Amino acid sequence: MAVLVYAEFVDGKPKKSTFEAVYYAAQLAKQFQTSAVALTIGPADAADLAALGQYGVEKVLHASEAKLEQFQSKAYTKVIAAAADAQSADVVVLTHNSNGKALAGRVAVRLEAGLVSGAIALPDTAAGFTLRKPVFSGKAFAQISIQTGRKVISVNPNSLKPEAGSGSATVEAFQAALQDSDFDAKLVKRETMSTDVVPLPEAELVVSAGRGMKGPENWGIIEELATTLGATTACSRPVADTGWRPHHEHVGQTGVAIKPNLYIAIGISGAIQHLAGVNQSKTIVVINKDSEAPFFKAADYGVVGDAFEVVPKLTEALKSFKNS
Amino acid sequence: MNILVCISKVPDTTTKISFTDNNSKFNEAGVQFILNPYDEWYALVRAVEIRESLGGEVTVLNVGRADNEQIIRKALAIGADKAIRVDADPADAFYVARQIAEQARAGSYEMILLGKETIDYNGSILGGMVAELLDLPYISLASHLDVEGQTATLTRDIEGGKEVLQVTMPFVASAQKGMAEARIPNMRGIMMSKSKPLNVVPPVDIAPPTRIEAYQLPPEKGQVKLIAPDNMEELVRLLHEEAKAI
Ligand SMILES: Cc1cc2nc3c(=O)[nH]c(=O)nc-3n(C[C@H](O)[C@H](O)[C@H](O)COP(=O)(O)OP(=O)(O)OC[C@H]3O[C@@H](n4cnc5c(N)ncnc54)[C@H](O)[C@@H]3O)c2cc1C
Ligand SMILES: Nc1ncnc2c1ncn2[C@@H]1O[C@H](COP(=O)(O)O)[C@@H](O)[C@H]1O
Repeated sequence: MAVLVYAEFVDGKPKKSTFEAVYYAAQLAKQFQTSAVALTIGPADAADLAALGQYGVEKVLHASEAKLEQFQSKAYTKVIAAAADAQSADVVVLTHNSNGKALAGRVAVRLEAGLVSGAIALPDTAAGFTLRKPVFSGKAFAQISIQTGRKVISVNPNSLKPEAGSGSATVEAFQAALQDSDFDAKLVKRETMSTDVVPLPEAELVVSAGRGMKGPENWGIIEELATTLGATTACSRPVADTGWRPHHEHVGQTGVAIKPNLYIAIGISGAIQHLAGVNQSKTIVVINKDSEAPFFKAADYGVVGDAFEVVPKLTEALKSFKNS
Repeated sequence: MNILVCISKVPDTTTKISFTDNNSKFNEAGVQFILNPYDEWYALVRAVEIRESLGGEVTVLNVGRADNEQIIRKALAIGADKAIRVDADPADAFYVARQIAEQARAGSYEMILLGKETIDYNGSILGGMVAELLDLPYISLASHLDVEGQTATLTRDIEGGKEVLQVTMPFVASAQKGMAEARIPNMRGIMMSKSKPLNVVPPVDIAPPTRIEAYQLPPEKGQVKLIAPDNMEELVRLLHEEAKAI
């Protein structure tokens, strides 16, 4: 048995979630006393590829054909499946992010493998092969078994902390037989936001605000707090719906589900649909002027007070902490 | 334009979750079920809008038992023209994907739309499975969908950005926020929904490759630690020393 992990590079670079997936695959391989191989598709530096060895893979396959430069769900699926076959991999690991969600189901069907998406832990092999994942929008967990010989697992970002060792992987070119018809979506335009903010699904620190802020003109203190912390900003649904903040900041059941180390919620009541997207956060701080706000029940730390007074004070305290 | 919209039934968003049978079964007692929000607000409404401007037919498809007919009727009230129910328990994602693919092959659809994910099992994988089974293009997490002739232009969310893509019909896409505005069924829609065709068909027989073995509720949160509003230094200290979050 062997483990194959799809190690995603975006704009030629690995992301934090890439290291997490590689580390997950390497730990899984260790659990089964086998080895893990990574596969990267599209442009990537040889040095970055070899560096994946730090997270425990011995070999990295690189599919670098020019036509694979842009993500394509069908063509990438074929490459991943071909690599799984070439390596006789019984387990294929992907990241449960945008591209991973476009791939996982396809790859599973192609390999005739059972799939668990959004796993947050290594498999439990006490009885069969089961994986833990959040269900009911984070209100519970399920332990799901895979019955098939081959298995596909997509791992939730921020589920485990990769530990970098000193290994270096050998890099091998990989080519799969592809047809023009495998490139079935034409990219018209790609927009990415400024690169110095970590995108919400990957962010470890998040500062989020709700209707309690009264209006978009008051977001200055939220942004200053976020900048001081190096955090990504988020918001509640009505804030995005009324156009106070961009839609991609909307977290919750119908927005983005996140799992940061620290979630600071300011002027958000803590409705169940909001909590559904943030209840996997490790530490939750709530700042709300109403001591009865439901969010306090889900919080680790709470400040009952007016955001317009508390937030600037918190920013000041953080600044002196960072300077000390 | 013939559009197939896959719809699912989920517990209402405010449901308190509990389990029975030694934590192996979701406790449905007293639970209010709804149409999965992504399926209803985005996939279905956009399909109906496209039908309204270009003509054709919107078919909704659900894999589930007879007690799902309430949510199927709601989809018809919102504007779908007809419905198919595959009479089976939705055992797992692959099982459902196979049923959807079977029905999709039996019709001729230019678009197959799903929701981004179900809010109960949060899989977000069915669309990819259906696309692979039918060997079609798949655009996941689409927030815009426009159609011109045989070409569809979709916007798809990626981490920290967006991609605009074009595909030729037929194709599969999963819908999320942005694709349409939720609609409330009106009286006429509700009346008409009662006479729209709902075809019940048997499932294809396949073994589901995964199974839920057990559920678990998250550990109870301890009591919140309150910090005085004028002592943010203390909050920073706790976040650093106790929570190790900064
Ligand atoms: C099907 C469905 C899906 C939904 N999905 C989502 C979702 O994904 N995400 C989401 O967020 N919501 C979602 N909602 C909406 C959700 O139910 C709540 O309505 C919403 O989260 C409330 O947003 P809020 O907390 O910003 O506003 P409010 O509920 O208005 O709360 C504002 C809070 O600010 C506090 N406040 C006011 N002034 C101050 C001040 N000066 N200082 C400090 N605190 C102050 C108030 O005490 C109050 O607690 C969904 C609803 C439904 C029905
Ligand atoms: N039982 C079902 N019948 C029909 N469509 C379904 C069913 N379950 C899920 N779907 C569709 O598949 C989408 C994604 O589901 P999932 O991948 O399981 O999160 C949903 O938003 C629905 O559009």
